[in-house]
Amino acid sequence: MKKRSVVPYGPQHPVLPEPIHLDLVIEDEKIMDVIPSIGFIHRGLEGLTSKRDFNQMAYVAERICGICSFGHGFGYCETVEKIMGVEIPDRAKYLRTIWFEMSRVHSHLLWLGLLADGFGFENLFYQCWRVREKILDMLELTTGGRVIFSVNKIGGVMKDISSTMAKSVLESIDSIEAELKELQKTFMGDYTVESRLKGCGVLTKEQAHALGCAGPFARASGINNDMRLLGYAAYGQLDFEPVISDVGDSYARCDVRIRELFQSFDLIRQCFNKMPSGDLSVDVKGNPKGEHFTRIEQPRGEAVYYVHGNGTPFLDRLRVRTPTFANLAGLCETLKGADYADVGLLVLTIDPCISCTER
Amino acid sequence: MEAEKRQPKNDIEIIDFNFIVEIAIAMQRSGYRLSQACAAYEGDELNLFYTYVDDENNDCITVNAKLEDRDTVIMSITNVFPYAAFYENEMHELFGVNINMTVPDYQDRLYRIDQETPMAPARKEEE
Amino acid sequence: MYNMKRSPWVMHYDGSSCNGCDIEVLACLTPVYDAERFGIINTGDPMQADILLITGGINSQNAPVVKQIYEQMPRPKVVCAIGVCACTGGIFKDCYNIKGGADTVIPVDIYVPGCAARPQSIIDGIVKAIDLFQKRLEEHAAMVAEKKEA
Repeated sequence: MKKRSVVPYGPQHPVLPEPIHLDLVIEDEKIMDVIPSIGFIHRGLEGLTSKRDFNQMAYVAERICGICSFGHGFGYCETVEKIMGVEIPDRAKYLRTIWFEMSRVHSHLLWLGLLADGFGFENLFYQCWRVREKILDMLELTTGGRVIFSVNKIGGVMKDISSTMAKSVLESIDSIEAELKELQKTFMGDYTVESRLKGCGVLTKEQAHALGCAGPFARASGINNDMRLLGYAAYGQLDFEPVISDVGDSYARCDVRIRELFQSFDLIRQCFNKMPSGDLSVDVKGNPKGEHFTRIEQPRGEAVYYVHGNGTPFLDRLRVRTPTFANLAGLCETLKGADYADVGLLVLTIDPCISCTER
Repeated sequence: MEAEKRQPKNDIEIIDFNFIVEIAIAMQRSGYRLSQACAAYEGDELNLFYTYVDDENNDCITVNAKLEDRDTVIMSITNVFPYAAFYENEMHELFGVNINMTVPDYQDRLYRIDQETPMAPARKEEE
Repeated sequence: MYNMKRSPWVMHYDGSSCNGCDIEVLACLTPVYDAERFGIINTGDPMQADILLITGGINSQNAPVVKQIYEQMPRPKVVCAIGVCACTGGIFKDCYNIKGGADTVIPVDIYVPGCAARPQSIIDGIVKAIDLFQKRLEEHAAMVAEKKEA
């Protein structure tokens, strides 16, 4: 038997902005086993329900993660509204969908940049982040915040997108789409990118199902698990097909996310075409009593929210199962048998969000 | 599209805690995946939730096992769904749920927090 | 020899933040805000870093990590706490696993508030940190020269 050694990876690591610690058991250059250990960002956010009331928790929920902040605020509000039997106005539903898709665009562009940084293509990293600033400008224009928006509240949204704002958002999306087409040529056409990503960290459909993977990571392996098909918010009235690839390697994951970006542009345009006028929110009276599970599709995959209310302003329990938590098992599987040099890249391909994972 | 016309299921079913593993096996055989598992306290009563999702038609079934005594030992489902280990370790560490045969067992070292079972309500003093 | 004002290296560590400040720190270094025009460069190695940008509060598991990173940095060094969580604990102050801001384990020189801190204020913090770094460097050089004479 060859000699095995254990190499610690992280928590402070140049490739990842966030701390995750992996103990890699390696034999020569091949990885034999992976033991993840988390807890560097564990804050105990779910325990705050006893100190903040259910309206304030909407802002706490947004701060689970700064990248998918809109998604968390949305998921929490949706769940509480279901429990309280509140039907929000149609315009609020469309506005939420628009912001959701805009934050998906910003998250995917961020990921593409980090991936380019992961395989050492510095120029591409900067290009992606330069394009991403455009969508952040539009988010700032419409919501007032760059990463934390705080536009969701129980019963609707707080801000409106006026017709002049809508015009500049649509213009901005056109220019982002044109620039993304150029970036796509580099990601999907450059042979250095291809030789780095193709065949790297393959996960088959059976494995992905057996490990309960979520989001674009699983869709790249051929599992159709787009939760937007459930038709929450305005997704029921929009026309789209989930993006699926059946190759299952890192290249396919990159491809799926790029195609999802184009899908998001399309969804935003559809929303602006169909958006009715009307109120932004309804008055909410009373306190939540009951329990409900909601599943929504975040940029990183399926997120599950569970809220249990007891009739007082303070909730009994808020539980958020975030997509990265579900993908941890899939990550350990893809790392087994990979080269040591690919570890940073493979950790990136699940689009890790450690703040989400540990809450 | 089919999935849009048919409203997908999203139910919570109450079960006896002795059947947690049996139900997990049945769910796995019918092609469901474990979406999440979590614990919650309702007063002093411990509730365990296991959410199963079918990716084909987006059905979601949550089974709820109620434990009146929070010291009850339940069986792990990691034999059926290996990735349930993360959820079970979390439940044990934050809520003090006693789970037998979790593989791998992090021995309360998943989050490495100072407090013991911070999410569980304080125990009432006995006697 | 000791004019390093134009080339300090920064290092970024995510304490237990929500990621919002981290992506803003990264956004600062990218073309639109381009903090690198002040001469800084981002490094992943604490032993080569002069300025530590820390985001997020401190919990029991990352306290030793933060301490170790701080100790590995060569003197003189400057610590910049980015975001309200790194300053005081912020919205998570009441959480059971948060001890408080970054100053509970390491000395912090510059506090940049905000949730999430805007790139403009982060750049302001970096510029202040660079000035402070140069000042400390001169003090350090004077101290070394004094020792040599003695």
